[in-house]
Amino acid sequence: MIRFALPLAVFVLMVGLLGYGLRLDPKKVPSPLIDKQAPAFSLAMLEDPARKLSTGDMMGQVWVLNVWASWCVSCRAEHEVITNLAGRNLVTVVGLNYKDKPEDAKRWLQQFGNPYATSVIDGDGRVGIDWGVYGVPETFVIGADGEIKYKHIGPVTHESLEKKIMPVLKELLS
Amino acid sequence: MRPLLLLLLIGCLIAPARAAIEAYQFDSPQMEADYNQLIDELRCLVCQNQNLAGSDAELAQDLRRETYEMLQQGKSQQEVVDFMVARYGDFVLYRPQVKSSTYLLWLGPFLLLVVVLTIVVRRLRAAARPVDVDDDALSSARQLLEEDEPEETDDKRESEDKSGEDAGTKDQDEPDK
Repeated sequence: MIRFALPLAVFVLMVGLLGYGLRLDPKKVPSPLIDKQAPAFSLAMLEDPARKLSTGDMMGQVWVLNVWASWCVSCRAEHEVITNLAGRNLVTVVGLNYKDKPEDAKRWLQQFGNPYATSVIDGDGRVGIDWGVYGVPETFVIGADGEIKYKHIGPVTHESLEKKIMPVLKELLS
Repeated sequence: MRPLLLLLLIGCLIAPARAAIEAYQFDSPQMEADYNQLIDELRCLVCQNQNLAGSDAELAQDLRRETYEMLQQGKSQQEVVDFMVARYGDFVLYRPQVKSSTYLLWLGPFLLLVVVLTIVVRRLRAAARPVDVDDDALSSARQLLEEDEPEETDDKRESEDKSGEDAGTKDQDEPDK
């Protein structure tokens, strides 16, 4: 019996580990920026490129940075959810218009509605790199202390808003 | 067969295809070598099984540009790697750093080798060790064999004669019975 017990144990262990591995999403790379100071930026606003918004301006309040682009299909999918979040007036939702043409971005907002307090222009994607953005859309929750508290990769769904993002926001706002 | 094999071997020598099409000018050949090594060892996060050198994703282009600019500014390879890790985590590294969380990754295979070698050596030693049998048991066993053997062979020989089979095969069968 013992002769078979060991290979069987190894087999069961392997199946367990591989099964666990299959359930992981390799597209979700944990960000090393969680609980670290949000990378600073000072970028022109989409609505009025003469004005700038910097991370320093947002200090002292809880805010959400949503990375979006007019060319990004999933952004349209999550647009409704972001609008829902912004409509609750809990936090300021800032858009980071990532590697987009300003005229395309403006048209997109006109067409689908503008949920953002403001959108800033990251035309060459450098701020995106600083924030570790590797796919659009991505959504960051930043605390009043200027630290990134949560990062959502991919489109935010109603479910992930309620189950993942809202709890973080409620804790930060309480 | 030979020419085909030769062709395959030559194919192996040709450098892997690169998507990198940007024509960057480097100040020194050393910097160019550093750049090529970096984009070989950094992972593209969009197409995750490709390195920066092999990926044509926009992010890969941006990260190649970033790598190039950092090197041009006189930054070291390590600084570029630190820059990437700070933003994207250890996942960007195709050659993970040696640190406490990656010890198992680096040392695991050697650990496994040691374990397997220990098991193999033990088994071989156990197999080579002479079997301990006490003298009484040995002599009584020998006695039994000597008593039984002649009778048994006699019986067999008789039956063989009757059936008329080839004696050779029967002789070989004997020790089993």
